[in-house]
Amino acid sequence: MGLGRYILRRFVLSAFVVVGVTFLVFIAAQVVPSDPAALYAGPRPSAEQIEKARAELHLDASLPVRFIAFAKAMATGDFGVSYKSRRLISQDLAAFLPATLELAAFSTFLALLIGIPAGALAAAYRGGWPDRMGGLASIGAVAMPAFFLAMLLQFVFAKWLGVLPLSGRMSREISISDPLLPVTGFALIDALLARRFDAFGDAFAHLILPALTLAAYPAGIAMRLTRSAMIEILERRHILAARALGLSRRRILFGHALPNAVGPALTVLGLSFAFALTGSVLVEIIFAWPGLGRYVSEAILSKDFPVIAAATFVVTLCYAAMNLILDLAQALIDPRVALK
Amino acid sequence: MALLEIRALSVDLPVPNGAIHALRRVDLTVTRGTIHGLIGESGCGKTMTAMALLGLLPRGAQIKADRFAFDGMDLRDVAESLRGRRIALISQDPAAALNPVLTIRRQIDDVLRAHHALPKVARHARAVELLAATGLPDPERVLRSYPHQLSGGMQQRVVIAQALATGADLLIADEPTTALDVTIGAQVLALLRNLVQARGLTILMITHDMDVVAEVCDSATILYAGTSIEDGPVAEVLTHPRHPYTRALLAALPDAAPRGAKLAAIEGQIPPPFKPIAGCAFAPRCAVARAECALRPPPERLDGAHRWTCLVEGGLDDKTAA
Repeated sequence: MGLGRYILRRFVLSAFVVVGVTFLVFIAAQVVPSDPAALYAGPRPSAEQIEKARAELHLDASLPVRFIAFAKAMATGDFGVSYKSRRLISQDLAAFLPATLELAAFSTFLALLIGIPAGALAAAYRGGWPDRMGGLASIGAVAMPAFFLAMLLQFVFAKWLGVLPLSGRMSREISISDPLLPVTGFALIDALLARRFDAFGDAFAHLILPALTLAAYPAGIAMRLTRSAMIEILERRHILAARALGLSRRRILFGHALPNAVGPALTVLGLSFAFALTGSVLVEIIFAWPGLGRYVSEAILSKDFPVIAAATFVVTLCYAAMNLILDLAQALIDPRVALK
Repeated sequence: MALLEIRALSVDLPVPNGAIHALRRVDLTVTRGTIHGLIGESGCGKTMTAMALLGLLPRGAQIKADRFAFDGMDLRDVAESLRGRRIALISQDPAAALNPVLTIRRQIDDVLRAHHALPKVARHARAVELLAATGLPDPERVLRSYPHQLSGGMQQRVVIAQALATGADLLIADEPTTALDVTIGAQVLALLRNLVQARGLTILMITHDMDVVAEVCDSATILYAGTSIEDGPVAEVLTHPRHPYTRALLAALPDAAPRGAKLAAIEGQIPPPFKPIAGCAFAPRCAVARAECALRPPPERLDGAHRWTCLVEGGLDDKTAA
């Protein structure tokens, strides 16, 4: 079958990407002008302490041996300990990654839900007021800095209207007095598993503003891409044919034209998802969101290399997985994709 | 009563500094249960006539007509509501007329849903029946397919099934065989002929191909530069053409030329569509034209059901006078 082989090929390509990134991360660690042993040995280490740390970290082995060991450790999820905090990195990731994934996935979903239909409507009413409003909104969404949009949303919805929480991932009443059991680490899923609908609503309310902030840019881009793709598709003969068969305008727009036009927008949304995994530091800080972005940027500032390597590896995995899902979605929407 | 009756239809498309005269003066009568050919070179207004019938003219188009009637109703008022309900299009180039990312099932089902309140199971049965009626073997497999998995002939049959799914009584077939090779084209023509007889349909067949006209049409109208210049039963029009343009057109067919001889071509160009024409549109290229031809509209001549507009070529009265 075409689809099966197509997915297999994509899967193999993704595997290459993951291996390649692992290699690059390892190389980068060798090039960076800092001595990990000195970092690991603690503040103001003696030469003896540094040598001891070097042995402990197996930094004295040859490069190929160390790369194999490194790759093996990554593959088994044994990311080692942070030079800085001496905490197990896998534990830290288990705490921060779900929060970030939840935010990135929900914001990507929002961008899809807003950007694609808005682009379709703008194309359908090309030159009319929905098109102009949409054009303005998309330029605004793309051009507005995230920190400014974040504060604007906080001001309107948290302070002024008071309908949504200002920041954080969960209200104190729940997180302190009656916390959720972290089964998956995803607050929404854990709440559902525990049948705690109060906690679900609370987690959802906390998710909205940061997700909207993150969604603005990709939604604006997705809208522009969908609009231009739709304008091209609406000129095609099969659209005229559908009209001549008496199909309703709405059916033609969303049922016939849109599936032909979502490809470029889906690709961009996949990229923006990957970006949101670590690129959302500002948003995470503003909304006090306990996510990966903050964790990694702190690690970068303190040259905590095992943390950087582990985070890079995990993000690459997420990115590869997201791309596989998108490839599958594209092939399901347009079966010709699998034949190319 | 004729199903379609058009008298002096004109369509102007406004452009900056003037208008394109897409149709100048079209007379067209289509009798119920027949296949009527609408014949002409590209740009003569065949497709524009079809779009006018479907209410799909570009925005701002100005329609004028003495009569523009489908089944007694004025199409200027009802074209939108009849579209896909009583008048449907068999679009040209089936590969482009089908949506590449939707299954055939979706594309037929959408048409059925748009026009008939049927439950899902009944729609499926109907889709199978329609595909079978167009001569497709294994309709279930076709329903599961995407357009690119079908051959050109199969795609054309699917497009015909879509048109049948509307339940319309007038089908406009726009160059239905142009994209197909000759044998498949002949099969599709035979299919259309059968559908007209079996289902009491009426087909307006848009084509530039005289062989198609000779093969399936009962009657035909010749268009030149947005003007209908001759029409009548196919036997009359093709074997005893009266208008100089029709004669020149038939003489230009490769079959008409003796083997080895140079093919006849009509000298000159079609008139530019933005220029008004006072007299006969064909006069500048006509071999028998006189000076008056370019000055005033040619008179309408009748010989039984055969009708043409020419100042020079007379009708019955001329014959009797001669």
